[in-house]
Amino acid sequence: MFKRPAALKNWFFYIFVVTIVWGCGYLHPGFAATSGSNVFDDGIACLLDDSFAQKAAAVEKLADSGDERAEEILQALLAGDLFYIKATQQLVVSRAEGNGYALRSALTGDALGVQKKRALKKVGINNTIRGQLESALARLRLSHPNPDIRLAAINQMLGTITPNSAALLRGLRDSEPDRDVRVALQTALSLIVLRSGPTTDKAQKQAALEHLAGNLNPAVRNELTLLAGNEADTQIRLAAKAILDGIDARLAFFNFLETLFFGLSLGSVLVLAAIGLAITFGVIGVINMAHGELIMLGAYTAYVLQQLLPDAIGAALMLSIPAAFLVSGLTGLVIERTIIRFLYGRPLETLLATFGLSLILQQAVRSIFSPLNRSVATPAWMSGAIPINAALSLTTNRVVILFFTLLVFAGLCLLLKKSALGLQVRAVSQNRAMARAMGVRAARVDALTFGLGSGIAGIAGVALSQLTNVGPNLGQAYIVDSFMVVVFGGVGNLWGTLLGGLSLGVINKFLEPWAGAVLAKILILVVIILFIQKRPQGLFPQKGRATG
Amino acid sequence: MKLRQSALRGLFILLAGCLLQGNAMAKETIKVGVLHSLSGTMAISETTLKDTMLMLIDEQNKKGGLLGKMLEPVVVDPASNWPLFAEKARELIEKQKVAAVFGCWTSVSRKSVLPVFEELNSLLFYPVQYEGEESSKNVFYTGAAPNQQAIPAVDYLMKSLGVKKWVLAGTDYVYPRTTNKILEAYLKANGVSAKDIMISYTPFGHSDWQSIVSDIKKFGSAGQKTAVVSTINGDANIPFYKELGNQGVTADAIPVVAFSVGEEELSGIDTQPLVGHLAAWNYFMSVDTEINDTFIESWHKFIKNQKRVTNDPMEAHFIGFNMWVKAVEKAGTTNAADVQDAIIGIAVPNLSGGYATMMPNHHITKPVLIGEIQDDGQFEVVWRTQGLVLGDEWSDFLPGSKDLISDWRGPMACGNYNTKTGKCSGQK
Repeated sequence: MFKRPAALKNWFFYIFVVTIVWGCGYLHPGFAATSGSNVFDDGIACLLDDSFAQKAAAVEKLADSGDERAEEILQALLAGDLFYIKATQQLVVSRAEGNGYALRSALTGDALGVQKKRALKKVGINNTIRGQLESALARLRLSHPNPDIRLAAINQMLGTITPNSAALLRGLRDSEPDRDVRVALQTALSLIVLRSGPTTDKAQKQAALEHLAGNLNPAVRNELTLLAGNEADTQIRLAAKAILDGIDARLAFFNFLETLFFGLSLGSVLVLAAIGLAITFGVIGVINMAHGELIMLGAYTAYVLQQLLPDAIGAALMLSIPAAFLVSGLTGLVIERTIIRFLYGRPLETLLATFGLSLILQQAVRSIFSPLNRSVATPAWMSGAIPINAALSLTTNRVVILFFTLLVFAGLCLLLKKSALGLQVRAVSQNRAMARAMGVRAARVDALTFGLGSGIAGIAGVALSQLTNVGPNLGQAYIVDSFMVVVFGGVGNLWGTLLGGLSLGVINKFLEPWAGAVLAKILILVVIILFIQKRPQGLFPQKGRATG
Repeated sequence: MKLRQSALRGLFILLAGCLLQGNAMAKETIKVGVLHSLSGTMAISETTLKDTMLMLIDEQNKKGGLLGKMLEPVVVDPASNWPLFAEKARELIEKQKVAAVFGCWTSVSRKSVLPVFEELNSLLFYPVQYEGEESSKNVFYTGAAPNQQAIPAVDYLMKSLGVKKWVLAGTDYVYPRTTNKILEAYLKANGVSAKDIMISYTPFGHSDWQSIVSDIKKFGSAGQKTAVVSTINGDANIPFYKELGNQGVTADAIPVVAFSVGEEELSGIDTQPLVGHLAAWNYFMSVDTEINDTFIESWHKFIKNQKRVTNDPMEAHFIGFNMWVKAVEKAGTTNAADVQDAIIGIAVPNLSGGYATMMPNHHITKPVLIGEIQDDGQFEVVWRTQGLVLGDEWSDFLPGSKDLISDWRGPMACGNYNTKTGKCSGQK
């Protein structure tokens, strides 16, 4: 009843077929011609068609045309920069400039001035065409002057390579100057040999297999899996199986390394979030439920600075580290002076007061910045991954944050060990009465310590803005984890926090593939509860008379 | 002291009296309840819907109101607190005497207010896609049921993109769990073997996606086309997509189709790494129709911000509100029982160029659209159902509910009639 009648559906189909047949022939009647430049022109004409099938055909035509303009046009299409002017149907590459778009003719490269968005229509693509573009571009880039691009192009092709391109690849291999690219080309050729069916010489296949030993590329592994299961020749099947086992063993090793890295990176985030708390909770014993909100303030500082410096997001991010320290640190000082100092020695009241404060801060941010999440851009040098090999690559932002955490930790240790303030803080935390007797102004030290812990929380917020949503609820997500790390590591001990955080991260990541993300978190909590039963002071109990 | 207290009390009585007087003197209005969180975690999504309702009511008043009376919105804030939803609902119905309530977002908030609406026999219009497996006499579900969103999306991936391996990733709560159960049964019925389905749940607000994305990557590198069906809830999506981008998982290799990511969630976020990933909805802001352009224009005018986007739940409120208005006009009264009878069969235009009809199971007919994320945060429609799809409240793919139907017309008037045993089991 709610589906369209079948007759109507047929009508749609009929119209669709007619469009396919006449769609771009109508725009450009020369479609029977076969010479290179006409194939190119045909392709261009078909690009303007609305149907995705026509565009797909156009991409093929452009890639096969051998025209040197093809690569740039296909690249613009993939990047979403290819438009046509509605009035003249002229194909243009455009770049946003001010309120409009700066245009350049896609065919001649001539600048065509600036136009409003309304005058243009984007040449839209879908995922199928996107995949097609990637492989078409890979084919065009096989002879690119940059060896890295050539290498990427070959790796892109490995999964779909067919015996038809053997001659082309062989020619490329023989003239290839770069060693890595030559090896990749040899891998492609070996895959072709293995895919070529039963007619190929057995010795040739064995040589190909030998070349693939230890190769971590997923396309190679898939081919070997097929071969180890289906190959008619027993010898080759067994050889494939042996090589596959070798590859799997190497993969297992790199998987282990990857999980370890994931664990350390999660741990570094935990440490970063908890280390401020380790100071406020650990050293002066204040249960600060608003700690998460101080992290959130740091993240919003990064957002505000990026808004102020829209052209230099990397610099803005660097600037926001000291700025966030100041914003959160000053907020912490104010909180200590106005609320917490009246509540020392009354943990329950402190807990309630700071919890209320956290709600106030959240709603304040919600009123000022709106409840919607804000986006903090990631600078180019922090996105993407550092490839180690085909099986292992480390995401750049995580690596940066791991080192950043270690840096903050080292800085904090230095501060506490070497500076006068650090000495006083340690003195007050170990024996307040004695420290006061020696002339340390304990109240001032308390305020500064709280400010310091809050400032570190702000710095953590800047780092977190690169990983997660910057929104009013940012802090809530980290408060429980932070307490967990501090209690696990041992209250009042920075090294405990570092080791506790890192080991919790690693344990979590090793549990996760086995138990699932939800259960892993629960298991971690159970482990901590059991651990605290056994060792109430945590990993590294604080030494000193006050703790007795 | 005593004196001051009684003086204060007297003042209050006086003030209250004045207020009541003022109310009685003002022209009689029809009150419409708006039950959306304006603070707390859900404020991010629900504030927009509150504004949408205010706009719709304002527009109706400009057209002369309803039954000769003006509409008066009564906005309350349940603060993302599920038990508070029930309290506020009771306040709206009992104290404010609203004629109908538009509200709720999460399933748990709907479950929380459900007994209140049934006890006091009032009307709730629920605008968000949900997991189904429910039909109440007092609730009108204007969002999508699983067969109006999840199943067509899976069909598209299976038939148009040739996907063979499936990752069902979701946040750990009732909507993803039920939807994934339905999808798993549906995939198996279509010949997908259990080893080609990977299911993964994560806690609310999950932000460390490294291992899961790496698992997806490994699962998808085995040569067969793989897709991710994501029921990951709002906040956790951005780190998820970021991690996908960082680990080099692109949409043409492993597309992700999401059911909770719309224009609002993408607004203000750099969508460059997300381009090509999919979402299934019944409405996109980019839908090219006259009525949609008008809607967007009046939204921008009402909210006084040209950059604000529209999304699917907003369309659901647009449809639900217009249906209620028509039903009240047809019944000639705002009495809940009469409106319940009158609203079934009522059809109003939707924003994608068709009509939505309220069916006897209190669900509506919708087209299903699949869109690809663009770099401007909008969606490009790549596929849509030929006709309209009727919301199926009791899924045909779950053993417990495949024999159940719901029909709120007399004489049956039952929310879970079992076609096998011929019995209505409870929901009346």
